[in-house]
Amino acid sequence: MEQIIANGLYLGAQYALIALGLTLIFALMNVLNFAHGQLYVLGGFVTYTLYAKAGFPYPIALLMAGLTLALVGGLLEKYLFRPVIKKSHREESTMLLAAGVAFFLDAIILLLFGEKQRGVPKIIEGVFNWDFRIIMPYDRIVIGCVAICSVALFIGYMQYSKTGRAMRALAQDKIAAQLMGVDVDRYQMIGFALAAMLAGLVGGLLVSITGINLGMGGPTSIKAFLMVMIGGAGVVSGAIAGGFILGMMESIGLSVFSSYGDVTYLMIFASLMVFLAIRPQGLMGKPWG
Amino acid sequence: MGVNMRFVWLVVFGLIVFGLIPLLIEATGRWDLYYTLTSVALLSIASAGVWLTFYIGRINIGQGAFALCGGYVSAILVTQYGVSFWLTLPLAGLFCALVAVMIGWPILRLRGVYFAMVTLVLTEVARLTALALPITQGAKGISSIPLPGPLQLGGVTLIPDFSTLTNVKAGFYVLAVVLMILTFAGMHRLVNSRLGHLCRSLQQNEELASSIGVNIASLRLIAFSISSFLGGLSGAIFVGISQSIYPASFPVKDSVDFMLNCFLGGLGFVFGPMLGTLVNYFGWDLLFETGKYQLLIYSVLLIALILVLPNGLLSLFQRKKSEDH
Repeated sequence: MEQIIANGLYLGAQYALIALGLTLIFALMNVLNFAHGQLYVLGGFVTYTLYAKAGFPYPIALLMAGLTLALVGGLLEKYLFRPVIKKSHREESTMLLAAGVAFFLDAIILLLFGEKQRGVPKIIEGVFNWDFRIIMPYDRIVIGCVAICSVALFIGYMQYSKTGRAMRALAQDKIAAQLMGVDVDRYQMIGFALAAMLAGLVGGLLVSITGINLGMGGPTSIKAFLMVMIGGAGVVSGAIAGGFILGMMESIGLSVFSSYGDVTYLMIFASLMVFLAIRPQGLMGKPWG
Repeated sequence: MGVNMRFVWLVVFGLIVFGLIPLLIEATGRWDLYYTLTSVALLSIASAGVWLTFYIGRINIGQGAFALCGGYVSAILVTQYGVSFWLTLPLAGLFCALVAVMIGWPILRLRGVYFAMVTLVLTEVARLTALALPITQGAKGISSIPLPGPLQLGGVTLIPDFSTLTNVKAGFYVLAVVLMILTFAGMHRLVNSRLGHLCRSLQQNEELASSIGVNIASLRLIAFSISSFLGGLSGAIFVGISQSIYPASFPVKDSVDFMLNCFLGGLGFVFGPMLGTLVNYFGWDLLFETGKYQLLIYSVLLIALILVLPNGLLSLFQRKKSEDH
């Protein structure tokens, strides 16, 4: 039991970070970012290159991966999403663009890093063993803690910094925020960059445990969508709740249904259907996003 | 466009697809083109379904799930119950429509990105279901499905046994194109009918439509089940062609492609999905020559197209028309 909870927390912390980025982009720009999983994979590969190939210390590699992804995110927003949002009449166009960007990032990753599975040497050796009730490698504990700290930092940033306040104002009411002097273009770009940075950070964290490969982008996006649906799109607390709930459900499912094969996600989806029938906007979402 | 004009277009189109294209293929010996064009026709049928859900204002990224479902229904009926392939086509469609009604009832209440996300997840769930259920035989899939047998009605053979055909590819080509024409004629009729106008009212404002007495819940279900019917139908024929089906036959990529096809052609045009599928499929195939840069060039072209033509390829013609007036 303790083992299941510990696994769930560890998974949930990473999931929450991914979902936070996705929901931030959605809240600010009303864009469903299909390319989020690809940003995550890119972050993993950058960390791998810097840490395993170039020999930088792991924390620095991680930080630089985050910064690289922030730059990528900022550029994507400025040169692709912003013009399309301004020009198109239908909100679906941005979704198409996001799908195009997902293909584009896949192509870039394929050309730069190849299609092989990449992993890095363990950052910390050893296994934590509490009386055989919780057994967890130390590196997983460290990664989980870093992820939880990042979530806390992100919440603090959104709550107390001027930029965070501006972004929250934009998410609540774009026109009102604009009238109060919030520079929409600037904060949308910062928001997108921040979201990409979070995705890259998770990629960098996970490369040290599960490794990374090209095919992980799509499934990661789908998991992020699940979390956002559970918690409610565009709400920070919802993304965190969704991340931890999915992590817990996956952890419980994997131990309970292990004898039935791969049915965990089937169960999760079936319960999501029932849940959405009762509460279409998710746990904490605004009705109709 | 008058009735006569429409008839002329239909005849011209028929001459091209049943006359010109087979002649050209015969002349050049590119028999593989039959398979390519059959795929385009079938994919455009499924895309037409996705287009209809766009028409009621829902972004549907779950068509792959219904294509897979239809494919499995046909495969299981043919291999395990000995049902004629021709009978499994409508059955597969109807089964998918039934599933769509059951799933659609809760999820069609969702809008915008919520609906898009749920349907995308649905595609993945369909794959997992196919892996988990015993009747679908897991990852092994169902293979060596026999070719379609003859279709007889009152002693008259309407469609010959496909295994006796000298050119099976051409047979499937004719089948797929006929179904495509029927589908799009039906869609055209539907969009211009009372039901189509009601659907358009949903796209614009559901609350308003509901307040003037449109039964939006049933309308949404009707549109979604028609969409899924088409998805299941096209999936079932694909199984007939490839004679096999696996859980990975229709991955998430296909669901996204169905959506892209609709966008590419233009969401405001009934024939958008047809053109979109053709351009998307052939564009990707032509880029095969570029080797490892295929995906890069494809995605750059896609992004450029969105930047230049956000309302689809057919909006090019529309702009010209509006300048004339």
